[in-house]
Amino acid sequence: MSNPRFGMVIDTRKCVGCMDCVVACQTENDVPQGFCRDWIATEVRGTFPALTMEIRSERCNHCDNPPCVSCCPTGASHVEEFGRVVHVTANRCIGCKACLAACPYGARYVHPEGYVDKCTFCMHRVKEGKDPACVSVCPTHCMVFGDLDDPKSRVSELLRTRKWHVNLPEAGTRPRVYYLT
Amino acid sequence: MFEFTTTRHNPGVDPLLHVWGWEIPLYLFVGGVVAGMMVIAGVAMLRTAKGEDTRGFFSIQTPLLAFMLLNLGMLALLLDLAHPLYVWAVYLTFQVASPMSWGSWVLLIVYGILLVSALVRLHEAWPWLGRTFPVVERWSHAITSSPGRMSLLGWLNVLFGVGVGIYTGILLNTMVARPLWNTSVLPVLFLVSGLSAGAAAMHVATRFFGRRPAPQGMIGGFLSAFVQPLGPEPPARSTVDSLIRLDIVLLAIELVLIALLVLGLLTSTASHAEAAKLVLGGPYTTAFWGVIVVAGILVPIALQGLELSHRIPHTVLPALLVLAGGYVLRWVMVNAGQASEVVQAAVRQ
Repeated sequence: MSNPRFGMVIDTRKCVGCMDCVVACQTENDVPQGFCRDWIATEVRGTFPALTMEIRSERCNHCDNPPCVSCCPTGASHVEEFGRVVHVTANRCIGCKACLAACPYGARYVHPEGYVDKCTFCMHRVKEGKDPACVSVCPTHCMVFGDLDDPKSRVSELLRTRKWHVNLPEAGTRPRVYYLT
Repeated sequence: MFEFTTTRHNPGVDPLLHVWGWEIPLYLFVGGVVAGMMVIAGVAMLRTAKGEDTRGFFSIQTPLLAFMLLNLGMLALLLDLAHPLYVWAVYLTFQVASPMSWGSWVLLIVYGILLVSALVRLHEAWPWLGRTFPVVERWSHAITSSPGRMSLLGWLNVLFGVGVGIYTGILLNTMVARPLWNTSVLPVLFLVSGLSAGAAAMHVATRFFGRRPAPQGMIGGFLSAFVQPLGPEPPARSTVDSLIRLDIVLLAIELVLIALLVLGLLTSTASHAEAAKLVLGGPYTTAFWGVIVVAGILVPIALQGLELSHRIPHTVLPALLVLAGGYVLRWVMVNAGQASEVVQAAVRQ
């Protein structure tokens, strides 16, 4: 099997914004209190009574063209070989915060212990054959995780058959978290 | 209507990014001043190498002052780090795509150039050091006795000075996520502002350290070594006037670059136009137009114009205003830039 390129597909028609994914992530990854690696964004558009609402579970987009990686002076912020996921090596991070400024999604934060932290796509679980914590707990099964380069994967199938968008495509970062509409 | 809510509340990130406080503007400002001083000192060295009369060149002695200022900037940078004990990690690698990595390595070279440049006037500036450590005196002589070495050092100062000046802008300019910074005028603006701030800093320093004859003891000599007047006579009136004229030109270029910056933002994408609003009616309007443009550029131009026509005496006031404007330029750009973001294009209905 070739090296996967992991991505996430989230069905905004199923998401109810229950925040189970947020809580699961905080528990699984020991996220410090007052911080979050994933969060719920809600958009309401239209004119009353013709309103539409989109609820999105958001996180680091593990972009194909990650500005947070290219700006890092130490290489702490890097693209992992396995899964091509964007990671931060805590003991290489000097906390200069350039990556926080470079990320158009605000997906990163400075951990109270002094290094930059963010979503890892739960690679420690994925390597054991499990889904990321957020995906595994979703009560509406609105999230799907998998290899975008494998045409037979569920994520690829959903992206072929459903309408979708990504966040801030104009930033040119080529994000890998897709939202079905 | 369009309403957006988020449950995210990460400190420093929400509601608006604010991860860089006073330290980074100070570091960028000091970097600009040092860059300006290196360029001006480099030019003075090149003129000396050609055998010109160096009487009245204050600038040639500025490397030591620049060295101390750079230490101040690096201290500010260190204070900004969330993990300062790991700062050495920067020097274990070279990340070719990271402006900060380039900057870290270039600053090491700059430290070296500044220290070697400080040897140029060691003999006049701080004879105590030369007497105590004859080897330093020999190094100094090796540079000053050879026009070739002197002009090489001059060119190094000019090139790395320009490099550092541009770098302070590129550090911000390369971030697509911050539209206020993401304009290629910024590095040039920071370079030109650094040149005029460097000249102004030198001007101010000569007022404090420029006594004639210079003190020669260990402590007095050390202080006066920052900026050492050359020779017993003050510079000729024509030299002073030409420096003032040069400063007016630099400030005028800065004005044009600021106009281009605002115009460029306004006529670019929705995100850039939104970012421009931060200084056009937004929270940074007064600091931008009042302090940077009026107090930091227009007033110094007017005052120096009057000085040139001998209507008012030559004072240190325009230099102080230029320095204040230079710092506030970095402060506004760093703070307003963090508050600027890529706005969602309203295409999805």
